[in-house]
Amino acid sequence: MKIHEFQAKELLSNYNVPIQRGHVVYSSNEIEKTIDKVQNEFNSDAVVVKAQIHAGGRGKGGGVKFCPTTESAIESANEILGMNLITHQTGEEGKLVNQILITEALDIEKEFYFALMFDRAKNADVFIVSTEGGVDIEEVAEKTPEKIIKAWVNNDTYPLEDAINTIINSLSLNSFNDAFEIFKNIYNCYSNSDCNLLEINPLVITEDQKIIALDAKVDIDSNALFRQEKIAKFHDTSEEDPLELKASEYGLNYIKLDGNVGCMVNGAGLAMATMDIVKHHGGEPANFLDVGGAANVDTIKNGFKIILSDPNVKSVLINIFGGIVRCDRVANGVIQAVKELNLNVGVVVRLQGTNAKLAKQILDESDIELISAETIDEAAKKAVGLVS
Amino acid sequence: MSILLNKKTSILVQGITGSEGLFHAQQMLDYGSNVVCGVTPGKGGQTATENNLKVFNSIEEAQTEFSIDSTVIFVPPRFAANAILEAINQNIGLIVCISEGIPVRDMKKVKSALDNSSSTLIGPNCPGLITAEESKIGITPGFICKKGSIGILSRSGTLTYEAIDQIVNVGLGMTTAVGIGGDPIIGSSMIDILKHFADDKETKGVVMIGEIGGSMENEAAEWIKNNFNKPVVSFIAGQTAPKGKRMGHAGAIISEGSETADAKIKILKECGVSVAKTVSEIGGTMLQLIEE
Repeated sequence: MKIHEFQAKELLSNYNVPIQRGHVVYSSNEIEKTIDKVQNEFNSDAVVVKAQIHAGGRGKGGGVKFCPTTESAIESANEILGMNLITHQTGEEGKLVNQILITEALDIEKEFYFALMFDRAKNADVFIVSTEGGVDIEEVAEKTPEKIIKAWVNNDTYPLEDAINTIINSLSLNSFNDAFEIFKNIYNCYSNSDCNLLEINPLVITEDQKIIALDAKVDIDSNALFRQEKIAKFHDTSEEDPLELKASEYGLNYIKLDGNVGCMVNGAGLAMATMDIVKHHGGEPANFLDVGGAANVDTIKNGFKIILSDPNVKSVLINIFGGIVRCDRVANGVIQAVKELNLNVGVVVRLQGTNAKLAKQILDESDIELISAETIDEAAKKAVGLVS
Repeated sequence: MSILLNKKTSILVQGITGSEGLFHAQQMLDYGSNVVCGVTPGKGGQTATENNLKVFNSIEEAQTEFSIDSTVIFVPPRFAANAILEAINQNIGLIVCISEGIPVRDMKKVKSALDNSSSTLIGPNCPGLITAEESKIGITPGFICKKGSIGILSRSGTLTYEAIDQIVNVGLGMTTAVGIGGDPIIGSSMIDILKHFADDKETKGVVMIGEIGGSMENEAAEWIKNNFNKPVVSFIAGQTAPKGKRMGHAGAIISEGSETADAKIKILKECGVSVAKTVSEIGGTMLQLIEE
């Protein structure tokens, strides 16, 4: 689960990590009051106005503005709050800015890149730092990989102390007495908050020689939210695709894509493989949808509702491997769902596994128009054929 | 012959009184698995399944009456890591965790405990394993399996079933199928399972099914090139998956270039592994290799 910069900074601040301070504004009539508050509280005439959306690339898209005067701050804040911000991560449609963060402006001497995440290959957490901060880190990794320094942490083999010393050395922070403590606090914040990712880009040294997190991007392990009650409240549903959100309410795993062949499959791996074979036969999958291990009438009905809410969908491919679930039951579920929902797109059904033959017979003999198929290959060809 | 599991392997079910645990304990018994008892904390003294298996409060208690080779875990995700840790502490040789949704931080602890133990963990977030016509631990449908010569290993549940079905339909049959799980941190890697298949005389070839995310397939490819002499057919799911989106499995997310399906397929091919172009060509590709 992604959270906003101001929420991520709140987490860091709770662990005594120095952050660029500021206040959040949700409506335009709070703007002037908040700018005044930031200027006085943090003794900074100049302020920075930052759009709070989950996507990256906000600065380049015009969602972050340095404002030397009160007037320019008011102007920028009014401009950014409520704007439709387009960045390389939002897609063409952009993202509505529902809240902005107004912060103190700092005099910066150096900018670093900092991130903490889990390295699956090494089975350890990894600090990733670079002296090239404040820029697109993927570009740095590609052009000057030697400027990216990694240090691993794992209870058994890589002690935290060693990793912190490595990054302090590589960033030449040895003269900063509080550097060790700050990195340790960031690690504790990352670990105790169940973060998948904690990125600070940039982490800065100010002209008065302080280490400060200027930005913060955090992704929380959704499976751990049951024990992170405060963080769970940070969930901003307006940042999510409405269809994906609705699907998750049904307990379905749905991801919208750009094609027109809707896919309904049980199991994540088979769902991906089904999308792939649609593409292989010249079609474009409209979505990823995993209806889970136990496909029944309700999950299929809900799956149809989600898939058909996407106006691009011109045909639906149902691919279920009935293991514990009997295919004849799934077939009856499909028939019932199609009848109740009054479908007007072609539906191709492939059921394999327990009672597959019986299921095919039920589908072939039903009075609704369904196209049955025996193999995934045949099913994908037929579903693509319906749209081309 | 088979790997990890045969009809003699004694099995305990953790979470046997829950609906999933109870249902699948019965399914395992019906398949012929040697399920001997169950554990649910606080429910010791009850019995479960049509076979009236004894339920204990802990593995330690169960071990006073039964010799236990393996355990299968059907416990809600927030308690599952502790269930695995309990099994590790009790020196259970084979631990299979079906539960999906265990926090990564909990699995880090499990992984560390596992490294300092002699236990093997399969999963979590997996269908378990099945040795055809002998025994199954987990939720794989038994009736699709037929004894034969092909080993199967996969990060995905239903794709495991799909592969079994195709391998059986082309007439090859299978030894053991192992679903290793779709999470970012799992107990046994592809290489761990390949090592077992390398040692098993009955296994003449291996189907290895991977997906986007992580680098396990790439490491397995290199390992196969240098160490594995049996034919391998691979399939990688997620060629059409967008970057940065979690595709159902917690571990199926592309965060860098080497984690895409295309990158993995390229490395597998470079290492001499046959890659099925689509999911429906897994069985046919394997048949071709074996006949050569």
